[in-house]
Amino acid sequence: MHKVAAVGSRDTVLAFRALGLEVVPAETAAEASRAVFNLAQAGCAVIFITEDMAAQIGETMERYRTAPLPAIIPIPGATGSDGSGMKRVRANVEKAIGADILFREEG
Amino acid sequence: MALMNVNPTRMEMSRLKERLKTAVRGHKLLKDKRDEMMRRFVVLVRENARLRAEVEKALSAALADFSLCSGIMEPEMLEEAVLYPVRTVNIAVGQANIMSVNVPKISVDEESLGEIVLSYGLVQTSSQLDGAIAGLANVLPQMLRLAEIEKTCNLLADEIEKTRRRVNALEYVMIPDLNETIRFIAMKLDENERGALTRLMKVKDMIAARDQA
Repeated sequence: MHKVAAVGSRDTVLAFRALGLEVVPAETAAEASRAVFNLAQAGCAVIFITEDMAAQIGETMERYRTAPLPAIIPIPGATGSDGSGMKRVRANVEKAIGADILFREEG
Repeated sequence: MALMNVNPTRMEMSRLKERLKTAVRGHKLLKDKRDEMMRRFVVLVRENARLRAEVEKALSAALADFSLCSGIMEPEMLEEAVLYPVRTVNIAVGQANIMSVNVPKISVDEESLGEIVLSYGLVQTSSQLDGAIAGLANVLPQMLRLAEIEKTCNLLADEIEKTRRRVNALEYVMIPDLNETIRFIAMKLDENERGALTRLMKVKDMIAARDQA
């Protein structure tokens, strides 16, 4: 059995604790990076991380990107989405296909 | 295109022809692999985009509710309320294979996603907290599905890029190089043969001329 975790600013991730997710509050990039590393070591399969934190720890995200597990997924915080999660999806499309064919009509 | 650095011999030529055959076959296979991965990827990534839009919308709303509660309630109370959850979310992670890319397959333990039981008493907490947590609980299955699909898309995108580079390298470098080298060797061998023939004829003429004299 694998666990699901959430990393991010205290106010945001506290809510996930009530749902039974493993929660690690992190206020700085270093804390977030360490939290993600520890969770990955502990065998978490899915780590949700707030977008603002995800933007700060690009290196750590990159490191786990090519591994099948864990899946590190940016989620919007309480202030709403800044679009960086969608940007990742777009980057994938561009990488795989060579051009952004899916979102062209919107962007 | 660059000529390979090889000796122009028959041996070398048959070796290169063998390599060319392998390269052409590999190129065809990889191209098929790339096309099929592309097809699957487009389907997945569309779903990914749709799911992400949904999750982001729902999650922003639920988290906004929650932060509203944290404004109303004492921080200590709030923390205490959610400190000991009555359940833990457990997921089973299997593996699926999409065109020889290993992708995670997440299946959620139904039990851990069942009816949400509040972990706190109703006396010290605001009623908005109940709503916020219920909202979050509703998004959670979608979030997990998003996690699975997004990871799959990531891995597929990587693999497609790799495969595309291989296909292009074979198509535009390896195969032309091999063709050119084979052609070069064939020419060289023909030229040698012609040279040997003329030499023989010349010698024969010279012998005939000497015999007559």
